[in-house]
Amino acid sequence: MTIHQLSIFVENRQGTLIKVLQLLKEAGVQLIASTIADTVEYGIYRIICSEPDRAYSILRDKGISVALSDVFAIELDDQVGRAADTLTLFSEAGISIAYMYSFLLKGKGILVFRTDDNEKTCQVIREQGLKYIPESDLSKY
Amino acid sequence: MDLTSRYFNPEMETLDRDGIRALQTERLHSTLRHCMNSGFYRKRFQESGISVEDIRTLDDLHKIPFTTKADLRDTYPFGTASVPVDKCVRLHSSSGTTGNPTVILHTQRDLDQWANAVARCLWMVGCRPSDVFQNSSGYGMFTGGLGFQYGAEKLGMLTVPAAAGNSLRQLKFIKDFGTTVLHAIPSYASRLFEVMVEQGIDPRRDTKLRTLVIGAEPHSEETRRRIEDMLGVKAYNSFGMSEMCGPGVAFECPEQNGLHIWEDYYIVEIVDPQTLEPVPDGQIGELVLTTINREAMPLLRYRTRDLTRILPGDCPCGRHHIRLDRMQGRSDDMIILKGVNIFPIQIEKILMQFPEVSSDYLITLETLADNDGMTVDVELKQMAIDDYGMLENLSKAIVRALRDEILVTPKLRLLPKGSLPQSEGKAVRVKDLRKKF
Repeated sequence: MTIHQLSIFVENRQGTLIKVLQLLKEAGVQLIASTIADTVEYGIYRIICSEPDRAYSILRDKGISVALSDVFAIELDDQVGRAADTLTLFSEAGISIAYMYSFLLKGKGILVFRTDDNEKTCQVIREQGLKYIPESDLSKY
Repeated sequence: MDLTSRYFNPEMETLDRDGIRALQTERLHSTLRHCMNSGFYRKRFQESGISVEDIRTLDDLHKIPFTTKADLRDTYPFGTASVPVDKCVRLHSSSGTTGNPTVILHTQRDLDQWANAVARCLWMVGCRPSDVFQNSSGYGMFTGGLGFQYGAEKLGMLTVPAAAGNSLRQLKFIKDFGTTVLHAIPSYASRLFEVMVEQGIDPRRDTKLRTLVIGAEPHSEETRRRIEDMLGVKAYNSFGMSEMCGPGVAFECPEQNGLHIWEDYYIVEIVDPQTLEPVPDGQIGELVLTTINREAMPLLRYRTRDLTRILPGDCPCGRHHIRLDRMQGRSDDMIILKGVNIFPIQIEKILMQFPEVSSDYLITLETLADNDGMTVDVELKQMAIDDYGMLENLSKAIVRALRDEILVTPKLRLLPKGSLPQSEGKAVRVKDLRKKF
């Protein structure tokens, strides 16, 4: 139920993001979403892309500090309050969100997050019939 | 005690060169005979095929093999001693973080002679029994604490063992007790001045400080002048090392031009650290010392690893004991930061305990706002972390482990793989950007 996200450790220095993006471009990997917070010295650049496993190998071989992390990508209807409702379900199940970001994909809101309990999260998704993006779908974008 | 005399021990301090050579020859002979009570030196002499009788004059000294820190470690704890341990009254030990500690034993006579040497140094720069001496050294195993304590007491000063840290309390003591002489490492002297400014204290108006004793940390002439200007004092460079008791080995006289090393205590050689051959006077090399006024643990031709040179010419102060230039660095990779001795291998050892980081690292020493500090750059290995909190915790855990090891809190910078400069051959591990020399 989870998808692979690239987590890249980058120094807060000019040119570090471009280096990563350039490598993905050369490999023909499509960026779907990415996020990084502003910090003083270093950051974790998180990327959802079309072929995460191949992208991971490429970056790793180029000496980039990169990890593959399991995150959930839940598709939401484009309606007010859907994010709140969805998170409430997880919260009530006692699941904590480590981090979260969202983006629009083909008119649908996508909520990406990592939790402290993947098993329980899967259970909630199943029981509540939430729509999630499976790993196999990433290459379609 | 003649308070008007420039000398604490006029007889020894005013010896001329011939007098010094004669005394050294005599004391070398007795030291060598005494050393044969040490299992270590007896074996060393046998193995080298030399006997005490082969060393007739100072020119024969070179026949004796060097003694190194490694020898002290290998004979840990008491193997180098030349007297039974029950004749000793004090022990000082290094932290031993890079192997066995180095242990130095003292008899009561050694402690008296040590105190005399320190008192001689302090008297030389104008300290008299009416002075109040405050010591901001760490006490305990660090020899700058008890070493100055006993020396200052021997001279007759009121001595305040304030020990290290707590700047506000240091200032209160300085003001309330009328401290006239302060012993501090240079970076701490600067720090104290900062706190004075914060507290609205003018050192010239509000304190009686007149003399500063600074040492244990490499510093430049410029740093000394700055300290003198800031605090309105005269600052004198002090040199010592725990293997040679501690402070009191060499000290500047009022001329502030080189440190007189007491040649009734030590025979001085300066050698090329590679060839181990003597260098001509005036040329920089490694300081090698032979103790000739020590009972519990004499050391023959001890390689100090400190780089310096002998200043040629006579000193106008009237002392003929040779002058050493301020220390120019080390012939090994030891770092001296805030008076603490640190070997890069200690840092490496700690980093290796954290599988998340690679063993490549870069130590940068910098002076920020008159404070010397250390930054350790380290590369994150193959990243297995996707969490700022975990990176933060990793960083904190490494800093804590480093602090426990090197007794200084460094700043840690986590870097992506491949960020550190790759060097061919021996990696550059230490970058020293401190204001000095």
